[in-house]
Amino acid sequence: MSPWRLAARRFARNRPAVRGAGLVVLLALAALLAPWLTADPLAQPDPVRLQDRPPSLAHPLGTDPFSRDVLSRTLHGARVSLVVGTGAALLAVTLGAGMGLVAGLAGRRTDQLLMRGVDVAMALPRILLLLAVFAVWEDAPAAAVVVLIAATGWFQTSRIVRAAVLSLREAEFVVAARALGAPAPGIVRRHLLPHVAAPVIVSASLDVGNIILLEAGLSYLGLGVRPPTPTWGNMIMDGKDVLLTAPWVALAPGLALVVTVVAFNLAADGLRDALDPRMAA
Amino acid sequence: MPDAPAAPRAPLLEVRDLAVRFTGPDGVARAVDGVDLTVGEGETVGLVGESGCGKSVTALAVLRLVEPPGHIAHGSSVRLEGRDLLALGPKEIRAVRGNHVALVFQDPLSALNPVLRVGSQIAEAIRAHEAVTRSTARWRAVEMLAAVGIPDAERRAAAYPHQLSGGMRQRVLLAMALACRPQLLLADEPTTALDVTIQAEILELLDALQRKLGMAVLLITHNLGIVAERTRRVYVMYAGQIVEEAPTARVFARAAHPYTEGLLAAIPRLEERRDRLRAIPGQVPPATDWPAGCRFHPRCPHAWDRCRTEMPPLLPVAEGHRARCWLVEEPERRRR
Repeated sequence: MSPWRLAARRFARNRPAVRGAGLVVLLALAALLAPWLTADPLAQPDPVRLQDRPPSLAHPLGTDPFSRDVLSRTLHGARVSLVVGTGAALLAVTLGAGMGLVAGLAGRRTDQLLMRGVDVAMALPRILLLLAVFAVWEDAPAAAVVVLIAATGWFQTSRIVRAAVLSLREAEFVVAARALGAPAPGIVRRHLLPHVAAPVIVSASLDVGNIILLEAGLSYLGLGVRPPTPTWGNMIMDGKDVLLTAPWVALAPGLALVVTVVAFNLAADGLRDALDPRMAA
Repeated sequence: MPDAPAAPRAPLLEVRDLAVRFTGPDGVARAVDGVDLTVGEGETVGLVGESGCGKSVTALAVLRLVEPPGHIAHGSSVRLEGRDLLALGPKEIRAVRGNHVALVFQDPLSALNPVLRVGSQIAEAIRAHEAVTRSTARWRAVEMLAAVGIPDAERRAAAYPHQLSGGMRQRVLLAMALACRPQLLLADEPTTALDVTIQAEILELLDALQRKLGMAVLLITHNLGIVAERTRRVYVMYAGQIVEEAPTARVFARAAHPYTEGLLAAIPRLEERRDRLRAIPGQVPPATDWPAGCRFHPRCPHAWDRCRTEMPPLLPVAEGHRARCWLVEEPERRRR
């Protein structure tokens, strides 16, 4: 049986991981189908009388200070969180893997240059960097949020990949492949990438939760994806002032955030255990 | 084996003054230091020595597989049928690797990629040199597996390395190495990781394939028994240098270098009762710090002043027999 199928089987046996993954799928479906499941998240049916209404049949999670439907906004907010979380994680990991490959395969000088650059980049506080950019760039689209979070989040991955490449280069099967005259691109594709893939996938999946939190933090501060587009961060912000009188306004996105991050982390832990049995606790 | 010197053949591989250095925190390690060796067409030559004497690095250097911080020193020469391998461009040397000269490693498990099916690893070796379709390569891989004596080759081609036994894996490695019918096989301890019965099987197989393909083999090993059975000529390596070179039978009958004598004396014999194994005293010195004079002198029972200051060249003992030892010139110094 192929190692990938063995890993899939190990994952399938890991209950919390499967539940986490199932939850992620549900969340993704809900986010995807949000426009058909719920009302318009921007509609303000009655800004005077429908302000901060508690949950009811018409509004299962109540309404916010602008009379908007909290359920609809929470589901629509999931779109931003999931797109930014997975998008930025994928992009960051691709960037990091690319840089790590280059550092590990190129000569000493390129390697040193890249890795010292990464050291410096990692010394800069990410949140400040992002705050500065978005403070200036007020109407940044969601794509820009994805790109900027990715651009400031690939350093760790590049280190992991570089380390893996350096040790794989010495691996006997890589030397053996070279000794048989296999061309360099083929060696990278067939012998390096599949072995680097496992740590990269793990790193990416662990990143998703963190990035979702980061995005929520940014939008809580009013940066990144701007209101009125609902994001969990700006919804919590909206609910902050009415926390005592209308707790559902902040509670709904807050709980959604917690559940999502936990779901991703459970799935990520399961992936790690499945892909690298030696690391399993 | 007859004691007659091997018939002179056109050298297939000719290594001259090969030096490999590794730059590390402890200084420069001269892992291989001025090695000369030749392998004739179709010939089986042994390269013997303790671990760390530079045998494996020599093999890697022939195919230019020494990675930084190691490098092949200027002035070294490796010629294959007269062509200087050290002067080839990256594309040309790649065309030599596996196609003209192949290498098999000691540990068949780590020399196979654990996530690829063995058939596809053999096919990869074929496709590296020949413009054949994927399916042709796959079909030839199955043929190779059958040729190295793997039963049910078609099914085994789809197996992953961990699903095969050690002996099977070594057969797979041989199949990979021989897929393009190289003229020279560098076999670096090809049986060390296997148990004795499997060892014999693999060596038999190697013999048979060698005869069939007419290729030459440089058999790198620390096992003198294997050398005695399988080679006609042998090089003994110590501390990065060749210290003795002779027809195999001659080495076993009349070794000239005290190090070779020590190696032979260390082999336990059936007809002799012995409570302790006879070991060569001392250890191989670190490659960053070879002793002055003869590199073996700190461990040599015969050493005298000359040995401590002057490095002996390879001195002729008899036809085809040379030893790097001053005893050749001053046999009366030998202690009994």
